[in-house]
Amino acid sequence: MGSMHETLAAGAAAAPAWLTPARDAARQAWKTTPLPTRKTEQWKYTSIAPLEQDFGPGQPVALDRAAVDGLLPDIGALRLVFVNGHFAPALSSDKLPEGLELVRFAEADDSQAARIREHLGSALPAGGHPFATLNGAALGDGLFLAVAPGASIHEPLQLAWLTAGDGEPFTVTPRLLLLAGENSCLSVVEHFADAGGSAPSFSNAVTELLLAPGATVNHYRLNLEQGHALHIGGVHARLDRDATLNSFCLGLGADLKRLDLVVNLAGPGAHAELDGIYLPRGDEHVDYHTCLEHAVPHCTSLETFRGVIGDRARAVFNGRIHIHPQAQKTRAELSNKNLLTSADAEVNSKPELEIYADDVQCAHGATVAQLDTLALHYLRSRGVSRAEAEVMLSFGFVNEVLESARLEPLRDALRPLLASRFARDPSLMRHLA
Amino acid sequence: MLTIDNLHARVEGKDILKGLSLTIPPGEVHAIMGPNGSGKSTLGHVLAGRPGYEVTAGTVTFDGRDLLAMDTEERARAGVFLAFQYPVEIPGVSNMEFLKASVDAVREHRGEESLDAVTFMKKARAACKTANLDQTFLKRGVNEGFSGGEKKRNELLQMLLLEPTLGILDETDSGLDIDALQVVAEGVNSMRGADRSFILVTHYQRLLDYIQPDRVHVLAGGRIVRSGDASLALHLEDKGYAWLDDEVA
Ligand SMILES: Nc1ncnc2c1ncn2[C@@H]1O[C@H](COP(=O)(O)OP(=O)(O)OP(=O)(O)O)[C@@H](O)[C@H]1O
Ligand SMILES: [Mg+2]
Repeated sequence: MGSMHETLAAGAAAAPAWLTPARDAARQAWKTTPLPTRKTEQWKYTSIAPLEQDFGPGQPVALDRAAVDGLLPDIGALRLVFVNGHFAPALSSDKLPEGLELVRFAEADDSQAARIREHLGSALPAGGHPFATLNGAALGDGLFLAVAPGASIHEPLQLAWLTAGDGEPFTVTPRLLLLAGENSCLSVVEHFADAGGSAPSFSNAVTELLLAPGATVNHYRLNLEQGHALHIGGVHARLDRDATLNSFCLGLGADLKRLDLVVNLAGPGAHAELDGIYLPRGDEHVDYHTCLEHAVPHCTSLETFRGVIGDRARAVFNGRIHIHPQAQKTRAELSNKNLLTSADAEVNSKPELEIYADDVQCAHGATVAQLDTLALHYLRSRGVSRAEAEVMLSFGFVNEVLESARLEPLRDALRPLLASRFARDPSLMRHLA
Repeated sequence: MLTIDNLHARVEGKDILKGLSLTIPPGEVHAIMGPNGSGKSTLGHVLAGRPGYEVTAGTVTFDGRDLLAMDTEERARAGVFLAFQYPVEIPGVSNMEFLKASVDAVREHRGEESLDAVTFMKKARAACKTANLDQTFLKRGVNEGFSGGEKKRNELLQMLLLEPTLGILDETDSGLDIDALQVVAEGVNSMRGADRSFILVTHYQRLLDYIQPDRVHVLAGGRIVRSGDASLALHLEDKGYAWLDDEVA
């Protein structure tokens, strides 16, 4: 086995010629990028040891439609499916609504390539992020989405990044670049899941959301991989004047799962709402690092993340709010609540506030608790068994956050999934889903 | 129906019930009145099996069974229902889901089939009507953001659907406007029958204007210190509890 720098980048696929200069630069940078260790502040509670494997490239695998339908909720969406990083046209919609431009990097024409080159990486943090650098170094194909100014796309877009395969460990490098034009509106559901097979996989996914003035993007990031389907991902958004980002994250646990959600409020009047749910159990691990960069005045951010951590699982939540000196009249709220349903479950929750402006409203709170004994008693006093009452309370705790998700069909599809996380026996969730 | 004999109970190391005895025959409605802090809610919680309420002596027999040996949910399934003085909010779980789970649990225990969604919905709507709660309350989180009076009527709604044999109403009339008070009273009266008994914990005679009690008891200092017919409540309304001081001591 080679060095981790080599094995992690070994899955790189062929890239179009116009992308090679950027990719070569990223490759150079990657060679000297230190890998995070437990001594790296941002990685204190998350070990990347599960990445020590001999990864190869993800191979195309044919999945049948029924299997994919079983994995992806039907939310009346346009659907694009990628399997192990390879576009699967047979599983994807071929019609696009007016106002939405969509092209794979591999198929971009000159003018599209020029726009991609112009914007790719522009939402990434200036100081770099090791796994964003790796994404750039291993990048072969990606998806470019542009919403025309003023276009309001009613149908949500569902992007399924699936992994599947037996045999050797492999890596996948998904990349999404979204440009939402002025006063446009789009809902995107990014759905990560493993579609079967025993091979360990590592998805290193980077999404960039660039919102022009007045644009609204509803972004859903569902990380449903489990077990050996490892995931390190980054969602980096930049919001111009009066733009709105509504972000919803759902993370089941896996051997390793880490998501960095970074929102730059770069234009006055920008508004970000971040909601999230994480549900590790067994020996799973999930880590959400969120960061709100309030760079200019008059922006608001409201963030609510909740987790239910069971068995011997571990969750990490780090919520950073950085209010720059000029960002007066900022309103920022952060709430992180955790429910531990087992004595061996663990969570590390840390709000991290850096406030350099004086005229701001900033509220934050983090709690870690067990199931409420009085609520449990109330349910039991109506005849509900203890086991079912526990499922109901765990479900209710996160369902409150799910209710803020704007897409109703998605909410309906996710409710049974949430309930099933707490109910070992399906009869225990029969009243919830 | 219910026989409580020499019941002693403590909460957080503090003795609250100190030798309470009370018998409720089938079909009867008994009112319990008494000063604040005398142990009325404690009695309700002990009967419903709330954790942390430790019985140190005495027995409770319900329909011939040792109630204190039963788990909370078993008691509910056997027909004991406590309308909480302070109903609990459970955000994220809809009232409907909660009610269906409760009714299914109780029906299953009785050997009855689970109601299909349509039949249940019909029953739930009818109960809403009796409790004068808009149907939108079925979709909301359990008691979540309900006003004080709405919470009380939600307790009534649950009782109507669960059809217990013993209903214990802990100050269900407190905080209700006069119309809501009548709604609760009518709800209880509609359920009265030869096989169903009620304990009404109340501070106010006015509830008893609408629900005629068979007996009225005064609970003070953790014991029943006086029992009588409906006229006792009128007397208390008039005189307060001071004249009972000897018994309380
Ligand atoms: N968890 C607790 N810890 C300590 N003391 C308690 C606890 N619960 C109840 N008590 C005490 O027990 C006593 C009886 O309380 P209880 O609630 O039964 O009174 P009550 O008769 O229902 O009063 P009210 O008319 O005000 O509702 C009170 O002094 C109360 O403070
Ligand atoms: Mg009381």
